[in-house]
Amino acid sequence: MKHLQHIILVFLVGMVGAFAQQTPAPEQTEAYTIIGATAHIGNGEVIENSLIIIKDGKILACVDALTSKMAMQGEIIKAQGKHVYPGIIAPNSTLGLQEIGAVRATNDTREIGDMNPNIRSIIAYNAESKIVESMRPNGVLIGQITPRGGTISGSSSIVQFDAWNWEDAAIKTDEGIHMNWPNTFTRGRWWLGEDPGLKPNKNYKKNVDKANMFVAESKAYLAGDRSTMNLKYEAMSGLFDGSKTLYVHVDDERGLRDAIDFKDKNGIAKMVIVGGYQAPKVAELLKQHDIPVLVQRTHTTPAIDDHDYDYTFKLPKLLVDAGVLVGLQNSGSMERANARNLPFQAGTVAAYGMDKEEALKLITSNSAKILGIDDRLGTLEAGKDATFFVSEGDALDMRTNKLTHAFINGRAISLESHQTELWKRYADKYGQKN
Amino acid sequence: MFKKFFLLLMLMCGSFLIAQEHFPKNDGVKSVNTNHTALTNAKIFVTPTKIIDNGTLLIKDGKVVSVGSSVNIPKNAVVVDLAGKHVYPSFIDIFSGFGIEKPKRQGGGRSPQYEPSREGYYWNDHIMPEQTALEHFKYNSKAAADLRKAGFGTVNTHMQDGIIRGTGALIALSDEGGDAVRILDASSAQYSALTRSVRTRQSYPGSIMGSMALLRQVNHDADWYAKGMSKVSDRSLEAYLKNRDMIQIIAAGSRANALRCDNVGDDIGVQYVILGGGDEYERVSDIKATNATFIIPIDFPKAYDVEDPFLASTLELEDMLEWNQMPGNPKALAESGVKFALTTHELKSASDFKSNLMKAIKYGLEPVKALEALTTTPAGILGHADKLGNLNSGAFANFLITSGDVFDAKTTLYENWVKGHRYIMESMDVKDIRGDYSMTIMNTPYELNFSGGISKVKSKVTSGDNELGSKISYQDDWINLTLKTADSTKDEYVRLVSRIGAGDNLTGTVIFPNGNESTFYATKKPKEEKSNDGGNAKPNGKKSEVDVMPVYYPNGAYGFKTMPRQETLLFKNATVWTNESDGVLENTDVLIKDGKISKIGSNLSASGAKVIDATGKHLTSGIIDEHSHIAAASINEGGQNSSAEVSIEDVIDASDIDIYRNLAGGVTSMQILHGSANPIGGRSAIIKLKWGESADNILNKNAAKFIKFALGENVKQSNWQSFNRFPQTRMGVEQLYVDYFSRAKAYDQKKKSGKPYRKDVEMEVLAEILNKERYISCHSYVQSEINMLMKVAEKFNFNINTFTHILEGYKVADKMAEHGVGGSTFSDWWAYKFEVNDAIPHNAAIMHNAGVVTAINSDDGEMSRRLNQEAAKSVKYGGVSEEDAWKFVTLNPAKLLHIDDRVGSIKVGKDADVVLWNGHPMSIYSKAEKTIIEGVTYFDIERDKQMRESVKRDRNKLINMMLKDKNKGMKTQPVKRKDKEHLHCESLDKNF
Repeated sequence: MKHLQHIILVFLVGMVGAFAQQTPAPEQTEAYTIIGATAHIGNGEVIENSLIIIKDGKILACVDALTSKMAMQGEIIKAQGKHVYPGIIAPNSTLGLQEIGAVRATNDTREIGDMNPNIRSIIAYNAESKIVESMRPNGVLIGQITPRGGTISGSSSIVQFDAWNWEDAAIKTDEGIHMNWPNTFTRGRWWLGEDPGLKPNKNYKKNVDKANMFVAESKAYLAGDRSTMNLKYEAMSGLFDGSKTLYVHVDDERGLRDAIDFKDKNGIAKMVIVGGYQAPKVAELLKQHDIPVLVQRTHTTPAIDDHDYDYTFKLPKLLVDAGVLVGLQNSGSMERANARNLPFQAGTVAAYGMDKEEALKLITSNSAKILGIDDRLGTLEAGKDATFFVSEGDALDMRTNKLTHAFINGRAISLESHQTELWKRYADKYGQKN
Repeated sequence: MFKKFFLLLMLMCGSFLIAQEHFPKNDGVKSVNTNHTALTNAKIFVTPTKIIDNGTLLIKDGKVVSVGSSVNIPKNAVVVDLAGKHVYPSFIDIFSGFGIEKPKRQGGGRSPQYEPSREGYYWNDHIMPEQTALEHFKYNSKAAADLRKAGFGTVNTHMQDGIIRGTGALIALSDEGGDAVRILDASSAQYSALTRSVRTRQSYPGSIMGSMALLRQVNHDADWYAKGMSKVSDRSLEAYLKNRDMIQIIAAGSRANALRCDNVGDDIGVQYVILGGGDEYERVSDIKATNATFIIPIDFPKAYDVEDPFLASTLELEDMLEWNQMPGNPKALAESGVKFALTTHELKSASDFKSNLMKAIKYGLEPVKALEALTTTPAGILGHADKLGNLNSGAFANFLITSGDVFDAKTTLYENWVKGHRYIMESMDVKDIRGDYSMTIMNTPYELNFSGGISKVKSKVTSGDNELGSKISYQDDWINLTLKTADSTKDEYVRLVSRIGAGDNLTGTVIFPNGNESTFYATKKPKEEKSNDGGNAKPNGKKSEVDVMPVYYPNGAYGFKTMPRQETLLFKNATVWTNESDGVLENTDVLIKDGKISKIGSNLSASGAKVIDATGKHLTSGIIDEHSHIAAASINEGGQNSSAEVSIEDVIDASDIDIYRNLAGGVTSMQILHGSANPIGGRSAIIKLKWGESADNILNKNAAKFIKFALGENVKQSNWQSFNRFPQTRMGVEQLYVDYFSRAKAYDQKKKSGKPYRKDVEMEVLAEILNKERYISCHSYVQSEINMLMKVAEKFNFNINTFTHILEGYKVADKMAEHGVGGSTFSDWWAYKFEVNDAIPHNAAIMHNAGVVTAINSDDGEMSRRLNQEAAKSVKYGGVSEEDAWKFVTLNPAKLLHIDDRVGSIKVGKDADVVLWNGHPMSIYSKAEKTIIEGVTYFDIERDKQMRESVKRDRNKLINMMLKDKNKGMKTQPVKRKDKEHLHCESLDKNF
């Protein structure tokens, strides 16, 4: 009997070993210094031969090793020929909310109902998701975990990708409310003999009015004594004092213009556009209203045949050139697993005309500003969280994006994953190098 | 007046008696009318080309007795003088659903239905050759009246539902005499289509290619049945055999489908008459090459409502061009010598027919061709050229009487005679009272204006500056005109009544509000000549008003106005990725000539070659995607667990913009695979991305033959509600393969033995696999099933050629190497299904290192245009060398597709399928500048810039044209946006 228990125990431990996420790294206790690397600060600047001192989970200094006289501290990590980048941020992501696309039981991305500002993604965030850990070997270390569905999907929170649980993971909770702008087109019901294509949505105005009415009701409630709790209206409160951001998911020009009007009319303090396929048409207006854009996935085909084949590749540049603050996000088909390709999406933007360091900003400092975490994240500047990584080469190019180290709050995190374990196991089986 | 009624009565009686002569008569004496009717002094179009200027048409018993300029009129003839009038054979529509109610879609049931609903018929519900039009037919006099108004006298109607729809019936649009008179041919032609019946839920076929395969298989089964080989009776096949010698009409509904139908016809020995889609002008030479006769709809699209620029921005050039060009389709067909009939099919109302037809004429269709397309051609198609579509003696007395040229907007259609019955649209006796009149009543002058139709007159009355409310009725030679009095404060009316006499002026009685009566006189004013340019004739330039855009290849954005040509090209000083033992050569010249790689070396020169300075640039062979689903109209035939009988080659869509976009990503060849809906999928098409060429020309005809197999969750139908199709487990998948291959083996042995056998395309294809004439590319995920399929293949003594996706290939790489199967995988996809839980991005590296021929594929129309980047991921994940990683998307897929003798590397003698990159081909920062296939530059980054400008220009021009249409008050349609999704393994035909 005892023997059997022992076997079961071994078996269970084995299971845990095979299926659990990498153990989160312990807190930083000793300072360390990275020398010799090319530091891509994330704000457009580069220091060719850098000296980076990390202490107490923060960047104490990131300076030019040649000109600076700062003393190195703690362990020295020699990184000559390597590149250091701030941790890449994945905004508008469902990482940790669903593990397997086709398995409904693993899906926590969308709640039923149309207006759900009170729905909070953070509590469903699975810090032990095997997809989350697969982000890290590519340098993607931070995500904005965002619910989907309805007109108002719910509230997003920002997490880092090395944690025991969602509380540990949280960087900023309930920082924004996500709204899917009403569609200007609707799909024909072919089974009723209608043209299956998209046609102008007759209910568009009605749906916009509904959203306006919901905001008006929320404001009325918030102005009252709130004696009877209304969870939905309560959740809207931060939108008017600037403590929360309204993320409006919209792509078409009319929707964009109407969304900007919605912001003004309803006194929304901060708004961010998510998607923004036609945003270049309203770039001037976005700039005037100080509305940034988290542009749609770079690696998509144009919406209509007539558009330039590289329209989606150059879309971020069109907006940046017009003075709009732009970040990249990756929502769409297989969005969770593909989020690790964000650095290459930025690389593609660079291929189609943007300066490489500017392109890096799209996934680091710009996103940090847009998400309101730029006081702590997004660059390698002194005082920021030590959330960054070291790559053997250019991290925006897949050939050279090879991480040797990654840190979150100064903690040296594992770059292993379910995938690397399998790789090593089977490479060993065949006697291959790994 | 009396004469007219009498005539009508006579004619009615006459026909009635003819039709019913063997019927007993109990309500009176049985009298026979043997009179003739003679229509004299008319311009008679005996046929579209045989015209008698001042002729007589003599008819009797619903038929033409004689026609000519000097016809002997018998004494017992009623004579109708048609001086100044035209007489035409009435129109024939041979693609009609007249009198047959549109069937309702069969609903209900959550799980798909795989079995047939019927017994004693063919195994597939969509095959209904036993169906007849008449079993559904009920004469619809309202619809008949509408058709007669549009000039039609005869229609060939059928049940427009199903793949084989059975026979049609030829119907004369005669209200009188009953079906005994109307039905000219009870089974006139057999109709088929590529679309399913809505009356059954049986799931097969679920795609265009499935319909095509089914049409072929039915024919094989019928051959076998005809030999008496079937052990059971099959009423469908019996009917099919009976209908075989009939005219076969197939509803293709588009240019692309027309070519597909013609291919099916070629395979089964049938020359179909094809219902087109109106878009034949896009590749009219291909249409001509079918040698088929066509039935062409003329439902020209209305202009899009582009007033709202937001909405207009989503409209595609392709759709705008269609609006602009489609009215020129009949002209294009006529000019290319394609024989065609016109149909009202797809028109919302028969009353739209004339305006659309006149539009086609305005766009250059010659009236004589139009008339042929409505008379002699449709009659000829049905084999009734003697009786219909002309007015020669012996033909049915089906004709139109018009005021002039039948295709002129101003012409009035007076009468439409059907089998000698006279139907009056506008009375010829009605005097034209339209014009301006002046009259004075009680010292007040009035101006009258009558306009509108000859018998439907509208009135406008003014007195001084005031327009007075008025209403006119004009019937049976009398007019009644009611006027409001000039005093607008009062609700009082003045009434005028007048009999229309011989003169132009009107006279009659006026009745005042107080009841007093008096006489009025209204004097008709002479017609004002409206010409304002000194009597010069209008410039005869109607056709020049039509601004038709050129047709592009393909006909939309980024299409070519003229196809690029093969050139002799000399790349100087390039970094050349040979993929051969030479590796990557720096500062090297490559000469391309006659579509081949001619020389590789340094300091090359060639006279007449276009020299391209490639300094600092990289030249590679074109990217090859082993797994794609672009450029196809269907991907899955999931209606059964095996669909080896279908082929993607049948459904190539050469106009897919993703072809162009992939060229811009350096892709030159692709395997277009069937989806993964079933364990045995369909046959592949291996294509070259020759943008602008026809579907047939982009097929790589030198390529080996392939078929798609699939394993795992998709074929088990794990992720959706379907529980009634075998197999539901991986265990069942193995047994399915063993079963099919055992049967294929037995089939092949029987076939080779010379014994009679039922030709079964599915078995033929599987036998090709057993005979190593066709290769399998199998969609696969987990190691157990991968191993299983290799064992099944070994048992049947063949090898699996490729495992595609193969995400757990790394777990059985040693077994794969031993079996000799290749692996074509994703670079880094995972987490979308349970079976990809153990997918790792190092998969390609491990397989490659284990000696498996490894490729990286896309299965995605977007990712395929970045396959160079996907290959580069193998450098990151698993440390594959750059040269080897590059082969993952070039030489290795060429090997897997057995096309490496022609493509996949830069080697003298191979096809000149090359790409010029502005940098390292696997760098994220590089772009393809030129993509060349067989020496033709299909993508050029500089030309692309010009094309963008051209797209913009064309769009704006067309938007302006549509705005103009709307401002002219013409009807518009709302903007539509195409819902284009990239097809994946799991995509089903939409709206099928």
